[in-house]
Amino acid sequence: MRYAYYPGCSLEINAAAYDHSVRAVADLLDIKLQELDDWNCCGATEYFSQDELTACAVVARNLALVDPQIKQLVAPCAACYLNLKKTDRLMADFPEMGAKINQCLAAGGLHYDPGRVVVRHMLDVIHDDIGERAVRDKVVRPLTGLRVAPYYGCQVVRPIKGCDNTEYPMQMDDLLKWLGAEVVDYPVKAHCCGGHMTQISEPQAFELIRRLLQSAQDYHADLILCMCPMCQLNMDGYQARVNGYFNTQFNLPILYFTQILGIAFGLDPKKLGFGKELVAAMPVLTAKLNGKLAAAAV
Amino acid sequence: MTTHTVRKKDSFLAQVIEATPGGERLLHCLQCGSCGGSCPSGPDMDYTPRTIFAMINAGERERVLAANTMWICVSCYFCTTRCPQEVPITDIMYSLKRMSIAQRLYHDTDAPALAKAFTDFVDKYGRSFEMGLATSYHLLNRPLQAMKMGPMGFAMFKRGRMALTPTKIKNIGQLQAIIRKAKELSGEERT
Repeated sequence: MRYAYYPGCSLEINAAAYDHSVRAVADLLDIKLQELDDWNCCGATEYFSQDELTACAVVARNLALVDPQIKQLVAPCAACYLNLKKTDRLMADFPEMGAKINQCLAAGGLHYDPGRVVVRHMLDVIHDDIGERAVRDKVVRPLTGLRVAPYYGCQVVRPIKGCDNTEYPMQMDDLLKWLGAEVVDYPVKAHCCGGHMTQISEPQAFELIRRLLQSAQDYHADLILCMCPMCQLNMDGYQARVNGYFNTQFNLPILYFTQILGIAFGLDPKKLGFGKELVAAMPVLTAKLNGKLAAAAV
Repeated sequence: MTTHTVRKKDSFLAQVIEATPGGERLLHCLQCGSCGGSCPSGPDMDYTPRTIFAMINAGERERVLAANTMWICVSCYFCTTRCPQEVPITDIMYSLKRMSIAQRLYHDTDAPALAKAFTDFVDKYGRSFEMGLATSYHLLNRPLQAMKMGPMGFAMFKRGRMALTPTKIKNIGQLQAIIRKAKELSGEERT
């Protein structure tokens, strides 16, 4: 199956581990990702707090650039996913606004008809389009004994009702069961990581991050999996600061779900971006997966 | 919420509705408080969304636009999906941010500075630029906190997670033409 691929700015550098593992896993599952040529930043939440039309026009350029032969666009980042989906939805639901956005696009010689592109998240593509049988078929390193907390965050499961439950999503839980992992029934799986608050108000953000780490620790998770670069940055990058702030001793590796998928598929951890996380994941993986990892082509 | 105040076209309520796609759902607010109860940061807010909506209805423009409520909002959308009346609460928070910036009523928050610094890079290069934000936003607005971020920034850099130079898209001229047009049309709307 062929999809247009929108990596988003974070996946270029900060979340390169996500980009590498998405591409490696897609390759193995025969998901053909064609990177959108000359895509631009989705603006995250920052244009929306200044000017709504500009926010939508900036996003719509990407939708307009999708190859007419391709119907679906995959975005691994939660903010990109939501902005792309939301802009398409706003254009469809509010035609007057859609016309205005197209007036902006016309200044750049572009046009977009709402509904032409279907925006998907990588998790949804693997869960729904590839499915259980094909995923199970590829598992060569079952994750038996590894306790994983699946963390979904906000912007993929909300606000637009789509592929999963807005309160208690299950797609990543399913996927992990297919890989043989022990899945933590993680109560805060769809709670907020603080988003850009780490940049604005640390006490507020740190408390939100602490709740996620505390819950995973209470449930004896070996690691937390996430599906958004902002969530990964907040829980991994700021973990040491959170420990300092609350006098806690969290030591929880935060990985992208595609990285652990790649491990189960027998891929080389280096090709999956391992080693880029600040809280190292390899010690716990090596301990829990016994000799299985040593056999890998590292 | 009663609908009589919205009849006045220049009322604050009418303006908030006008600024938000689907904003007329605000007229159906039951004042049930599901929004504030669902908010992960509700306790940090001067007023929870429910109170803010009552204040909007009462025409309390300045108190609403000077509140920290919308700047505390992390856009998690729990309130939006749980609202029994389908009020687009998070989107209303964005409208209040825009109005608060336009009328310069915000205070004690670096959020508008972050938003501006972030989008300035996108306007210029077409991509966001974290290292640029570290200087143009963090060092200028919050030098003390920026220093605390040093070790983490270094750890990120060591692992190849920080670029020193921005990436520029090929057709930046096209994006800039689109942005110019959008700003021009938004400007017309506001006047």
